[in-house]
Amino acid sequence: MKATAWMGTDSVKVIDVPDPKIMNARDAIVRISTTAICGSDLHLYHGYIPAMRKGDILGHEFMGEVVEVGPQVRNLAPGDRVVVPFPIACGHCSSCQRGLYSVCENSNPNAGIAEKIMGHSPAGIFGYSHLLGGYAGGQAEYARVPFADVGPVKVPDEISDDQAVMLADVFPTGYMGAEMCDIKPGQVIAVWGAGPVGLLAAASARLLGAERVIVIDRFPYRLRLAEEHIDAETINYEEADVLDTLNEMTAGRGPDACIDAVGLEGHHGNTAMYAYDRAKQAARVETERPFALRQAILACRSGGVVSVVGAYGGFVDKFPMGAFMNRSLIMRTGQCHVQRYTRPLLERIQRGEIDPSFIVSHRMPLCDAPKGYKIFQKKQDDCTKVLLKV
Amino acid sequence: MSQVDTVLLPELDGPVPATLPSALGLLSLALGVGALVAPGPVARLTGVDDSPAARSVLPAIGLRELGSAAGLLSGRRPAGWAWSRVAGDAMDLTLLGRALAERSGERRRRVALTTLAVAGITAVDVLAAVRVGRARRARARVIRMQIAVTVNRSPAEAYRFWRDMENLPRFMAHLESVRADDLRRSHWIARGPAGHRVEWDAEIIDDQPNKSITWRSLPGTRVPNAGRVRFVPAPGDRGTEVRVELRYAPPAGALGRAVAKLFGEEPEQQVRDDLRRFKQVLETGEVVRSEGSPNGISVRQQAMQRPAQPLPASRR
Repeated sequence: MKATAWMGTDSVKVIDVPDPKIMNARDAIVRISTTAICGSDLHLYHGYIPAMRKGDILGHEFMGEVVEVGPQVRNLAPGDRVVVPFPIACGHCSSCQRGLYSVCENSNPNAGIAEKIMGHSPAGIFGYSHLLGGYAGGQAEYARVPFADVGPVKVPDEISDDQAVMLADVFPTGYMGAEMCDIKPGQVIAVWGAGPVGLLAAASARLLGAERVIVIDRFPYRLRLAEEHIDAETINYEEADVLDTLNEMTAGRGPDACIDAVGLEGHHGNTAMYAYDRAKQAARVETERPFALRQAILACRSGGVVSVVGAYGGFVDKFPMGAFMNRSLIMRTGQCHVQRYTRPLLERIQRGEIDPSFIVSHRMPLCDAPKGYKIFQKKQDDCTKVLLKV
Repeated sequence: MSQVDTVLLPELDGPVPATLPSALGLLSLALGVGALVAPGPVARLTGVDDSPAARSVLPAIGLRELGSAAGLLSGRRPAGWAWSRVAGDAMDLTLLGRALAERSGERRRRVALTTLAVAGITAVDVLAAVRVGRARRARARVIRMQIAVTVNRSPAEAYRFWRDMENLPRFMAHLESVRADDLRRSHWIARGPAGHRVEWDAEIIDDQPNKSITWRSLPGTRVPNAGRVRFVPAPGDRGTEVRVELRYAPPAGALGRAVAKLFGEEPEQQVRDDLRRFKQVLETGEVVRSEGSPNGISVRQQAMQRPAQPLPASRR
């Protein structure tokens, strides 16, 4: 089959690999119809996630048709149209049973390496480094889906591929980012990053009853999406001082909750600040560029929530712990426990409360994946989200 | 928490056997006291009563013997003290050799008899020193491990799975097979490097249903080993804490090196992996596999993962 493989920093190729086969009794094989490039795939593309190997198949957002199931999979049958959550979760460990699917205790066969970096291992993720399991990803014609009796959700005909594939990652992730803010009536929610997750976090904050939603980014076309589709207020951090503007917008209180939907490759309006962390990151003295996180902490109203759904992989410098501690802030975070959200969010789409596919800017065939990565990386052609059609 | 110093392999796990060193300590004590308290009769008995030097040398030898006695009877560093006795014996034999050359008649006969006796004691001392040293080194080679994992299953379920010893190779990576011969005894085959296999028979020596299982290899095994697993209810209704203690006593030499290789540089990490697989099998039904780790968890293989893409047909 054809599959998108990581070939080194800033290099992906569509290569021929063997077709996947059932390896565990609870596996299913899915023939992929639509798959997406995620912002976090760019972290891999840029070489910021450790333990990638040349030839690793990328992609953790995909959907398609079940073509084969293992002997223990009784809820699916060949022919079912499904969307697959990006965290691989067994459903039986105590983390899964508490709904914490992205920290499944069994799905990372390489838990030993993850423990050395993170203390304990999170769940395995499709196509997301050997640190998180060494699973082949879904930017391919077929994928093996472990624990198919737990993850995949059947998609009704009236839901389009473009809508359904949003349920693999970005919509649940954005939704969880908003849900962690514990939004109460009248509250102001600020979102750093107007990429797919940030936009869907902002949209979810609206769904969950936020009074005002403020989105911060530097790309006017993305801020326009936030204004047009979510009725959000926006700040372009290259044009305005974010902290001053937020204080002014909230009459000095600061947003009630701040969502970091940027993660480890942030940018900063101040060239010197950016250069400082960029240089440390390049030298691997620091693994992340946590501008959004630092700013979210400083901006948040005292006693408010800082909700982190942007991806981080290692260590951050200059964490404003003094502000965090002295102002009674609360941080909530996590890779999204997608399995918890797929069905309720599918129902919200069915009821017409939201169409998350408004973020999609590009659709192209799988063989154009390298081009997709390039324009997404460079933010060319107003790129927000690239779907690959198989 | 269990005690790290639990004795699972008494002949290798417990203290170095001290019977012979203690007996030699008592002998040193008797000789030392004799030489100090009654140098005259001792000199007569050994045939050196004609030498004025003997009268000053004998108490010194007595003091030396008391030193050895104290050391041997203290039980600390028995090998070192046994060798101190051998050194003393060598000195005595040298002195006796010189005494023998200078004497004749009845005194010569007594010195000869003494020499013979000291030579005999020397042999016993050397034997004791070698045996104690060997026992100590064997103990130093024993690999001790104590590792635990929490499994989201009841103690009864976890116990039941482990009690069927034939299940062990399903999660213990170094095992090729375990065959239960009867309810207590089983035959184990471990995979060694370069196709070498290590086999042994084991028996369950203590079995507390739903609580713990203790097993050990039968005497005569080339690689004596033993283990105990305890199934403790995890607090907060979170299943079972499975707490494992293991002992392996690799022999010296090539087999020992092979066994050491079997467990790699981080034997604990491998057992930790085994327990992770145990958890996977109990909670999910089997060992979880990825394209990069097609054989499931293995720290050794993590350094040389294959790319995360489907396996070629030949490797399935």
